[in-house]
Amino acid sequence: MAPVLEVKNLSTHFMTRRGVLKAVDDVSFTVGEREIVGLVGESGSGKSITGFSILGLVDPPGRVVSGQILFNGEDLLTKSPAAMRAIRGKRIAMIFQDPMMTLNPVLSVATQMIETVQAHDRVSRAEARARARDALGLVGIPSPEERLDSYPHQFSGGMRQRVAIAIALLHRPDLIIADEPTTALDVTIQSQILFEIKRLAAEFGMALIWISHDLGVVAALADRIMVMYAGRIVEAGQVDGVLTEPRHPYTSGLLSAVPAAVPRGEPLRPIPGFAPSPLSRPSGCAFRDRCARATDICATEPMLEIAAGREFRCFHPHLWSAA
Amino acid sequence: MTNPLVETVPLVEAVDVSRRFSRKLDYAEKIANLFGAGLEEKTVHAVDEVNLAVYPGEVVGLVGESGCGKSTLGRVMAGIMPASGGEVRWKGRPLTSLQGDDKRAMRLSAQMIFQDPMSTLNPRKRVLDLIGEAPKVHGIVKGGEMRDYVAALVTRVGLDPSYLDRYPHQFSGGQRQRIGIARALAVKPKLLVCDESVAALDVSIQAQILNLFMDLKREFGLTYLFISHDLGVVKHICDRVVVMYLGRVVESATPDELFDNPKHPYTQALIRELPSVTDRRRVFTPIKGEIPSPLHPPAGCHFHPRCPKAFDRCRVERPVLKENAAGHVSACHLNDLAANQTTNATAEPAI
Repeated sequence: MAPVLEVKNLSTHFMTRRGVLKAVDDVSFTVGEREIVGLVGESGSGKSITGFSILGLVDPPGRVVSGQILFNGEDLLTKSPAAMRAIRGKRIAMIFQDPMMTLNPVLSVATQMIETVQAHDRVSRAEARARARDALGLVGIPSPEERLDSYPHQFSGGMRQRVAIAIALLHRPDLIIADEPTTALDVTIQSQILFEIKRLAAEFGMALIWISHDLGVVAALADRIMVMYAGRIVEAGQVDGVLTEPRHPYTSGLLSAVPAAVPRGEPLRPIPGFAPSPLSRPSGCAFRDRCARATDICATEPMLEIAAGREFRCFHPHLWSAA
Repeated sequence: MTNPLVETVPLVEAVDVSRRFSRKLDYAEKIANLFGAGLEEKTVHAVDEVNLAVYPGEVVGLVGESGCGKSTLGRVMAGIMPASGGEVRWKGRPLTSLQGDDKRAMRLSAQMIFQDPMSTLNPRKRVLDLIGEAPKVHGIVKGGEMRDYVAALVTRVGLDPSYLDRYPHQFSGGQRQRIGIARALAVKPKLLVCDESVAALDVSIQAQILNLFMDLKREFGLTYLFISHDLGVVKHICDRVVVMYLGRVVESATPDELFDNPKHPYTQALIRELPSVTDRRRVFTPIKGEIPSPLHPPAGCHFHPRCPKAFDRCRVERPVLKENAAGHVSACHLNDLAANQTTNATAEPAI
């Protein structure tokens, strides 16, 4: 099965006055057809910039400095701005964390959705409106015909995120990139959205890149997981394997830092220290200053190892008896 | 870590506390009323007749979704926002009766730590002044000794004392939260009200801050009111968990009891929907609907429009908190059904 998306050696750097900030540094991954991939990492790890890079949304001083982004075999980085506009929203859609920032507060939902339909398809206003209404219905908004004429502030947070998802679905894209779309929502609402997204992705055969800092959400939703640290993917593999038998010390550190990992009331086991500044990352493995397993060799660049469908960059990976 | 609580006077206690926010009618609306429009002030019952006692040395978790009133209750109990009904008692004395030095002492003894330290730390002040100003003003430390005092505090919360002359923007999120904690500790408080204090932090930093909270509790004998939407965090550090929904307390129990044996359908839903790495449940069974507007809360039990088990009585009568087991109370009419079926005796509410 040909992958929908193939990212090869992507590097996105920001040229700042204080130096070159390597937000994304030599990242490679693929997303298969109908696959849900979770991209996790802490703030500043480069997971959002990876998503923006795919859609060509990186603004100066940021720039994709090298790599290839093959979408259905075509390199998006060589496309003209006009060609990218034809793909963005049509074949790749994006959902952001805060729909209040992405929806225009002075336009009704209908106006914004009709505009989105007509940006890519030559259809009448009435037909565009009908498609908008159907999309709202799909994501579980009650009485979509009336709600079309509402303004974003008249929706609750959860409903607003449903509107954003409906807009992303308007053109039945091959790939949706969702950047922390449920982070700001309450847990019962988050659960509703995850339920809908999973159903819709299966129904329309869409691939999904789900960017999140919440391992629990990714565990429940994704097929495959990629863990980013300091601009690099440090581990990737099937969700089951990565979360039960992590190879990279950072992945295992994340897993044991959550309160559920220790008996109630006992001290938690945080990863010591904090992530290095992206302007001054240490050479070699960026995690080595915080890593209990680090040795001298970690000052050199760890190569990507691939074993049994699992990829990781580490000289001292955890060994599991089954492996 | 849970000491058997000696029956003492609660450090802080909310008795039938309500907090309402209303918007006055503007001129146009008043004029419209003269012509018989019948417009009324819009009132939000953020907190609706809540009773909550926090005993010395206890860590009480207050959980609920956005808009449930947990932050408002926290502020009222910390004494930085007046109650519109009922009273808050500090060591048994109503806050409104405190005067002069007593009042000042109470204010200093209850400190808050907020979610976003960037919006609570003055960006134009150095760490030294941010932390040192309050103890200096209140005479806890003399001007000349301030620097050493603050240096000791920041060291205790895990910051390098050489950072004292830096400004808040020069720190990371986790470090800023540590500054906020040091600032609260600087006036030697008894009670810390933590309002979503770890919500904005990455998981590894969150674990560091939670450990710090637990260490400080032991070291300074602190009492916590820990407000959070994250049940996982609350379960871990609290001695007692109180669940709120739309301004009311719906359930309260020890964490083990609450998680093993939740009584209220809302608590059950919250626990079920909690995403977890260990429980790779691929099927979501979300509860329907959203939190109703607090401007027009549903009659009876506020949760009934979303509740899978609601029946007629839930739509008209407000359920009261009843004790299900020792120290476990919940407000749900299902309790009566269960009691009637098993014992046929009406249990006296003993809270």
